[in-house]
Amino acid sequence: MDLILVNLIDGLVFGLLLFMLSSGLTLIFSMMGVLNFAHASFYMLGAYFGYQISTVLGLGFIGGLIVAPIIVGIAGAGIERYGLRRVHQYGHVPELIFTFGLALLIQEVVKLFWGQNQIPYFEPAYLDFALFSVGDNAIKAYKVFMIFISLIIFGGLLYILTKTRIGMIIQAALSYPKTVEALGHNVPFIFMGVFGVGTALAGVAGVIAGPALGTFPGMAFTLGSIVFVTIVVGGLGSLWGALLASLLIGWMTTFAASYNIKMSSILEGIGFSKPEVLSDSMFQDLWTLTLPQIGPILPYLLMVLILVFRPQGLLGKRES
Amino acid sequence: MSTASTNTRSYGAIGIGTLMPWIIGAIILIVLPLLLGSRGQLTIMSQMAIIVVFALAYNMLLGQGGMLSFGHAVYMGMGSFLCLHVMNASYFGSVPLPILPLIGGLFGLVIAMIIGSFSTRSAGTVFAMITLGIGELMAACVLIIVVFFGGEEGINGYRDEGLPVFGLEFISQLEVFYLIAFWLFVSAALMFLFSRTPVGRMANAVRDNPERAQFLGYSARWVRFVSFSASGFFCGIAGGLSAILFEIATESDLNVTASGVILLIVFLGGVGFFWGPIIGAVVFILLQTVLGLQTHLWELYVGVIFVGMVMFFPSGLAGIIMAHAVAMKLGKLNLLIRPYLTCVLPAIVGVLGLCGLVEMIFHMREAPTGDTEMTLFWTAIDTHHIWAWLVFGGIAAGGILLARHQAPILKEAWDQANTIDTPAGGTS
Repeated sequence: MDLILVNLIDGLVFGLLLFMLSSGLTLIFSMMGVLNFAHASFYMLGAYFGYQISTVLGLGFIGGLIVAPIIVGIAGAGIERYGLRRVHQYGHVPELIFTFGLALLIQEVVKLFWGQNQIPYFEPAYLDFALFSVGDNAIKAYKVFMIFISLIIFGGLLYILTKTRIGMIIQAALSYPKTVEALGHNVPFIFMGVFGVGTALAGVAGVIAGPALGTFPGMAFTLGSIVFVTIVVGGLGSLWGALLASLLIGWMTTFAASYNIKMSSILEGIGFSKPEVLSDSMFQDLWTLTLPQIGPILPYLLMVLILVFRPQGLLGKRES
Repeated sequence: MSTASTNTRSYGAIGIGTLMPWIIGAIILIVLPLLLGSRGQLTIMSQMAIIVVFALAYNMLLGQGGMLSFGHAVYMGMGSFLCLHVMNASYFGSVPLPILPLIGGLFGLVIAMIIGSFSTRSAGTVFAMITLGIGELMAACVLIIVVFFGGEEGINGYRDEGLPVFGLEFISQLEVFYLIAFWLFVSAALMFLFSRTPVGRMANAVRDNPERAQFLGYSARWVRFVSFSASGFFCGIAGGLSAILFEIATESDLNVTASGVILLIVFLGGVGFFWGPIIGAVVFILLQTVLGLQTHLWELYVGVIFVGMVMFFPSGLAGIIMAHAVAMKLGKLNLLIRPYLTCVLPAIVGVLGLCGLVEMIFHMREAPTGDTEMTLFWTAIDTHHIWAWLVFGGIAAGGILLARHQAPILKEAWDQANTIDTPAGGTS
């Protein structure tokens, strides 16, 4: 029972982290109609900038949390203005390829400045203690802090998008850009702003996830494809779908990693007998399979199944 | 790619003009190893030839079918793994090595047909995402299914245990190169012929306007499926060739990074032309080997080149070359030589200056403390001295400013070279 609760909390932390990335990505998708492959790269930039600002420049963790996302957001807006908008005229496939190339490039630039190895970016000392414990498992204050920040951001985003005038204009611009432009709003500027805010959100995620998950040049690619999976599973362009899928995938991977269910016991349970000499058997890998082993690929399996049977995603409305 | 035109004229008749590039290509493949015969050079050329097959097969999807795949290395890797299993099997002694790529190709075809049966339902983002998911799944399976993939070490074998063909056992690198070159020629020719079959033409139509193609009575899904399967077949051939050349297959042959590299190569070469990927593969392997020897940062430079190409020349190197066709037909190519020299040369110098700055940053971070000297462009430089930075900064700024200054002149010459002279004097 304790283990379930601990996993629920861990999965919630990971799921909300995914949501911080996927919410921005799904907004950007509804705006441009193109998946931004470089989205997780902005998350990585957030982590590196957060490290640079908090430790090297000495502004502290909170300083990094405030300044780094702003820089990332400005960088994102600049890339939209001077890169994507230019490529947009060539069509969707070059746009997708552009963001893919950007992801490669950002990774190389990060390697140039910060090196190949993991950098010493840790949670601040004042959050590095056990807040409470479930059974024998201590829950770190930093985890609760991560949940807290994610929820604030989710609430803020929801409030701005649904209750304020700016949010109304954004939503209108996503659905009917021509009409909104005719009403006198600067739609390209709105798009640039949404892109900037989306990347800034990724930056926030990077600043707070960097210490927890490790800050290294490969962090964008390890999380990047999971973020795609999330918004595809949730339904492209759907904010609630992104939340649902983030939590689902967060819990799925966390639970799979901590329950060591062996395939051999399942096979024996349904009446197969284990071969005497395992290395001669055609199915030796099936017998040695465990749940933590296949945990990391469950999201991809889920995505392929979703795309085959429900291409619009869990809560998506339109196809493709 | 809606703007790309893939050779839509001269349906049917294959004249001497069409055959000429193929004859030249065959001669190059035969003569090249006689000129560059060292072991290392032969290996690089064989590698290039394999990548060319893979890139052409990938372009059957991306360029001709408009389908962006992020998991295409799967089909090549699967072909490679199966061929290595054949090489390790007891009956390999009765299998002639030259037909091994065909076995790989058939396996690639089968895998592509299975995956294509559900992934080709739609093009665009959904297709790209399914291929990405499959790519990640397969890469993970390599580490889980040890029986077939051999886990982290992969599978290795020996090519010289096959049935000798006319006394050839394919031990020397030269024999292997000619085998690979043969398969390169055959598969390139087959892929070219495929692009001229009705289904190849329909792939273009479905790429540009699937709705209209369906109104004409063609199933867009079926056309995509056929292209996808055919592409998988040729990827499998490339995989079989790679099994023969390297005698090993590992996870890195079919993971998503490998798929990304092929996308990069094809786009660099130019997706709109059949021969674009050939240029892309040759240039990329040259960059990889030449730049890779000179600097640790070659991936950074390749990334910059790639993003720059997507932004400014989306039709790739082949597109840049073909942009000169009009000027050449008008006989005005010579007008461009001078502006190119005055604009592109300073630009190259400026970019080299920037590279120098980047290399110095890298050296300052990577070198052990106290080691401040580095060799850059054959000169020794002290990276902790302000002059080094000033000189390279100056070169970079000067070169790029000069190039910018010359750009309008180049543009004018370009416009002039691409307009037909009117006899009444003055171009309009």
